[in-house]
Amino acid sequence: MPINESDIAKVAQLAHLELGEAELKTFVPQITEIVNYVEQLNELDTANVEPAIGGLTPEGAKTDSSRADEIFGSLGQKEALAEAPDPASGHFRVPKVL
Amino acid sequence: MSRQTVEFSIKAADRLNEELNAFLQIDREGAVKRAEEIEKNGNQGVLAGVPVAVKDNICVRGMQTSCGSRILGDYHPPYNATVIERLVNAGAVIIGKTNCDEFAMGSSNENSAFGPVRNPWDTTRVPGGSSGGSATAVAAGIVPVALGSDTGGSVRQPASLCGVLGLKPTYGRNSRYGLVAFASSLDQVGVFAREVNDLAAVLGVIAGRDPHDSTTADVAVPDYTAALKNDLKGDLKGARIGFPAALFGKGLDEEVGTKVKAVVDVYRELGAKIVEVDLPNAGYAIAVYYIIATAEASSNLARFDGVRYGFRAEETPELRQMYRKTREEGFGAEVKRRIMLGTYVLSAGYYDAYYRKAQQVRTLIKNDFLNAFKNCDAIITPTSPTPAFALGEKVDDPLAMYLNDIYTVTANLAGIPGLSVPCGLSSTRLPIGFQLLGPYWSEPTLLKLAHGYLQDHPFTERPPVYA
Repeated sequence: MPINESDIAKVAQLAHLELGEAELKTFVPQITEIVNYVEQLNELDTANVEPAIGGLTPEGAKTDSSRADEIFGSLGQKEALAEAPDPASGHFRVPKVL
Repeated sequence: MSRQTVEFSIKAADRLNEELNAFLQIDREGAVKRAEEIEKNGNQGVLAGVPVAVKDNICVRGMQTSCGSRILGDYHPPYNATVIERLVNAGAVIIGKTNCDEFAMGSSNENSAFGPVRNPWDTTRVPGGSSGGSATAVAAGIVPVALGSDTGGSVRQPASLCGVLGLKPTYGRNSRYGLVAFASSLDQVGVFAREVNDLAAVLGVIAGRDPHDSTTADVAVPDYTAALKNDLKGDLKGARIGFPAALFGKGLDEEVGTKVKAVVDVYRELGAKIVEVDLPNAGYAIAVYYIIATAEASSNLARFDGVRYGFRAEETPELRQMYRKTREEGFGAEVKRRIMLGTYVLSAGYYDAYYRKAQQVRTLIKNDFLNAFKNCDAIITPTSPTPAFALGEKVDDPLAMYLNDIYTVTANLAGIPGLSVPCGLSSTRLPIGFQLLGPYWSEPTLLKLAHGYLQDHPFTERPPVYA
């Protein structure tokens, strides 16, 4: 599948990346080459093959990962906001949506 | 005693950092204080007073966790990763955070926002990646052990390029809580060491079920050091080692091939039986990996948006503009490339053709190993197709860089453990490693095989840059 600048621009938009002109020009041939490379998977007949979902071993899949519905300690507002770029009155402040 | 050991490590880390750039942060005061406490309290932990280096994508409370990225930079996590809690409870002293490829994406440690790491065997060459800093810290004798992470080979490949041991355990053996996620179905915390016993000791401390990570398995943690205690020269009799001849062909450096085949001869002499095995779908592993890993990464890295932590771009009066500009300025090229690839293969219209197809081929690759292990206890391959390459050599060719992982990604896709072991130097004095792959939970076998080999062929060479 040939990939052009507008395909990459669309993907960048989905991924919330604001690419520059020069970047776009560099990425298009690189991403095209990689996508062409992965096309080789079409050589394989996988009609009756189950897709592997996640990476669990059989023992991992058998492990019960539920817990009792009990409240235990959590981070707390002060620590949660400690690394925030713009904390304000106990909130993460962000620019407005237009 | 532990204060002296820790001070030695810190001094060495400091002295060698301009040359190697292995460390992004060295905790001079905290580490010495901790060592003094341990001496005073007589801590009886298995790792009491042992200096350890930790890759900068693993959260250590009070220290930076940058993931080699500008988008986190000075971020200080408010919690310890589970593997860190366990290390600290066992008395280990974390002396610093090591440099790595940004968000663990890379095979050369050239993708760090804070400069590349240099290989102590030849500082014009890469140490491998993404855990290049941790591999270098151990290879250069700064610390005896270090933690890294391995998603497609990021512990094993730099271990091979730096002449040290590097283990990626079975998926679900170690907790990923506090390991900044790259690809959640592939990531595992791994261990570097120069001695098998040290590696075994660290694995025993960090391994095990963690309620904070639902993908850890309820499988008992054995005493990994127990099987190593005796002279093993007689004990490899009957071990069956699988040799996948088809993987020793095109693309493999001749010296690497020769050295790894020589390892097979050693195992034969030590009494092991060599069995032909076939991994027919291994050739597709890179294609599968670069669809699945990038897809998962595109999701995992969506959280870096300038809202709650890390870098936020300036002059962005509107929210979505803030997201885009923050991520554009905060992420490096390789990270952006992978996010876009991942977004592409998951997008409407392409999901079945790429992502679902890759998941199906992942099943085929997993089954290849399950079949092969019916006839052998471990499989031997090279770890890396070449010894360390030059800085700058592959940065402009992403696909060429990805092909460094051909021997390592299969283990992550199948969830099986893999251990890289040093087996000699090339004609230009660069380390060469071989890789042992085993069934799920076979870490004791892999460690035993590595120990048996190294008792017969110890790797005693030291790099020119050494503590």
